[in-house]
Amino acid sequence: MSTEFIIAAIVTIVGLTTPILLAALGELVVEKAGVLNLGVEGMMLMGAICGFGATVSTFNPWLGILGAAAGGALSSMLFAVLVLELNSNQVATGLALTIFGTGLSSLMGLSYTGFIVPVFGSIFPASLASDPYLKVIFGYSPIVYFALIMVPAVAWFLKSTRAGMILRAVGENDLSAHSIGYSVKGVRYAAIAFGGAMAGIGGAYFSMVITPMWAEKMTAGRGWIALALVVFAGWRAGRLLVGAYFFGILMALELYAKAAGFSFLPSQFWAAMPYLMTIVALSVISIRDRSGGNAPACLGKPFLPST
Amino acid sequence: MANEPMARLELKSITKRFPGVLANDQVSFSVQPGEIHALLGENGAGKSTLVKMIYGIMQPDGGEIRWNGERIVVANPKAARKLGIGMVFQHFSLFEAMTVLENIALGMDAKIPARELEARIKEVMTQYGLKLEPHRIVSTLSVGERQRIEIVRALLLNPKLLIMDEPTSVLTPQEVEQLFVVLRQLASEGCSILYISHKLHEIKALCHTATILRGGKLVDTCNPSVETSRSMAEKMIGGNLKTIEKAEGRKVGREKLIVNRLNMPARSHFGVSLKDITFTVREGEIFGIAGVAGNGQNALLLALSGETLTDDPGAITVDGAQLGRLTAKQRRLAGVSSVPEERNGHAAVPEFTLADNSVLTARDRLGMVKAGLIDHKAARTYAGEVISTFAVKALGPGSTAGSLSGGNLQKYIMGREIMQNPAVLVVSQPTWGVDAGAAAAIHQALVDLAASGSAIVVISQDLDELLSLCDTLAVINEGRLSPAMKVADADIEEIGLLMGGVHGDPAATANLHPEVAHAH
Repeated sequence: MSTEFIIAAIVTIVGLTTPILLAALGELVVEKAGVLNLGVEGMMLMGAICGFGATVSTFNPWLGILGAAAGGALSSMLFAVLVLELNSNQVATGLALTIFGTGLSSLMGLSYTGFIVPVFGSIFPASLASDPYLKVIFGYSPIVYFALIMVPAVAWFLKSTRAGMILRAVGENDLSAHSIGYSVKGVRYAAIAFGGAMAGIGGAYFSMVITPMWAEKMTAGRGWIALALVVFAGWRAGRLLVGAYFFGILMALELYAKAAGFSFLPSQFWAAMPYLMTIVALSVISIRDRSGGNAPACLGKPFLPST
Repeated sequence: MANEPMARLELKSITKRFPGVLANDQVSFSVQPGEIHALLGENGAGKSTLVKMIYGIMQPDGGEIRWNGERIVVANPKAARKLGIGMVFQHFSLFEAMTVLENIALGMDAKIPARELEARIKEVMTQYGLKLEPHRIVSTLSVGERQRIEIVRALLLNPKLLIMDEPTSVLTPQEVEQLFVVLRQLASEGCSILYISHKLHEIKALCHTATILRGGKLVDTCNPSVETSRSMAEKMIGGNLKTIEKAEGRKVGREKLIVNRLNMPARSHFGVSLKDITFTVREGEIFGIAGVAGNGQNALLLALSGETLTDDPGAITVDGAQLGRLTAKQRRLAGVSSVPEERNGHAAVPEFTLADNSVLTARDRLGMVKAGLIDHKAARTYAGEVISTFAVKALGPGSTAGSLSGGNLQKYIMGREIMQNPAVLVVSQPTWGVDAGAAAAIHQALVDLAASGSAIVVISQDLDELLSLCDTLAVINEGRLSPAMKVADADIEEIGLLMGGVHGDPAATANLHPEVAHAH
């Protein structure tokens, strides 16, 4: 294996990993607050179209990213109002959000079909970003570095800040947190909005970096992998990074298997690998710890204070 | 005494009304600095309502609260804490997956940096000998250790008054003793303590003054060291308690239920294992099992009902038939019925109708299932019979179990089992949280069932209940059952000692303890 091949592989893997890492980090925070939002896929698509649209309108990819975050967060607020104010079933509402986000993004995308924006690529000088070797460090979109910075940031926020501690408390025992005097709804709104924004940025990676154009359902189910990844990582940010790259490698294998024309296994097998591994990982985790390990105790349950 | 101007806390004619109930009726008493003041009364006497008003969770409808001589309104718990009132609840509101330190930090009104807080926690812990590891996860702690978190949390605020709501109901005797040492030290430093309990021996051992409530009214304020347990119990229960009518000439017959060296490993890290449980219940006999909560009562009920199976088929026999390996369904067919402690979710499904709930335990004995289909008519008829026979206040067999009050649901559940005429009935906490009228009805039904020749096992933490109801009594402690004794010649002191873990062999008891407290 040549050095060029390895560098190309790493660049591919990083590209494939970044969107699921971003979306999963967001969902991690949401779930730590005790809310299960299955609408990640829908929020990613909303982020993809809003980011693309904002870039087309402003010619500024940074505003595009802002638009993507806003698009994801706004769509997540729809879920938040239903789940937090009306105590609707979180699983059903999350699925509805995915369907809604898929549909609405397609509708919004009609007017953007055929547009192409410049790739939101590396902001480092070309001497670094295009260097055949150094590009493995400097050759990525700012979104990639943002995702990598967010891993320790989220871990630090949850573990070491008072706000993070309150967020975990709300996810662990909402009634106690309420009785002590913390705003359970307020914390959950904020967490859901953060999750939406992160999923939106993850989605925008598709429309602004990978293929700098809009296509319907372009996130191709990555939102579901992000959801599985949170469980796979046992609700820990550090493991989330490892898990995201594991899935990234599996997805890269599919591409290379296709390109190299491996005939001993059909490419569909490689395509199915991440999903298969999700099932395997979830089974292993559930066998190892029947209580669900590190899962927040209030995950997915409606908050119904008595007073 | 009630008019002393410098009382730490003074209540004057406090009244609180709930729809249909007068929870507190003109209650007045005062607590001095450094005094340990007991608030004594049965379930539903109004103790909890009273302290909730002191702690600002509820507001009184009438009367006034004075704090150091000044009239105050406690708007909410935060205001109470600001005044210097701390409270340790019966049921802890802890965050299981978080550390001790985080739990304490979450409960503090002021934002204190983690390092400073940890130093202050350590200071409080050494001062009062409360051992806790700040970085342990709460779910790995025993109940006693969890209570210590709540106490430390309260002590960090330097309270002038500490309210303890039934603090010992979940503690082992050793933990109770440790708690008392802390409370005495606090009192000696001038902190007042309002101690809620219905355990007379504890109040005699700990408290300087006792205020007794009954039916929301203050009955008496007395000095527990002068009173006897009996005199306080009479004030607490009142003279008008219905006596149980036992049939004339009732005789116990031949041996029915024989439990012989029943062993059961603990179900979880903090569960209690059963060790060589041995007892015999005869026809027509009511056998009581006393003990402090968490000493293996639940494990024993599950082992007898068939929810957990023993390896030894002969450990449980009824009329000579070996039941140890039989499932709950098979045991019911063999005539063993049981009523667990938890009404909602264990004894009954709250979302099901009363008729459907009757199918759950009576389907086989009363033939409510035909060709795999539920005979709804039979279920409704039976449920209706139970409702009318046991005077259950419900709209009918179609009411959901969850819509009934605790006492009515308990009557229904007891009736559902009793009307199947079980050969053996095992009940846990038959009158827990049940009003006096329903409790008397349940007791009478048990006595009547025994008179018809059934063998009955009553597991209860309420010693008075057992003494009035049972023929024979044994005490469970750390999963070990004491020898049985006739209630007629039972010695209260001895029962108290057995409940506190002083068996014939003290060394064995001492060795048992570490298994329970630190299984992790």
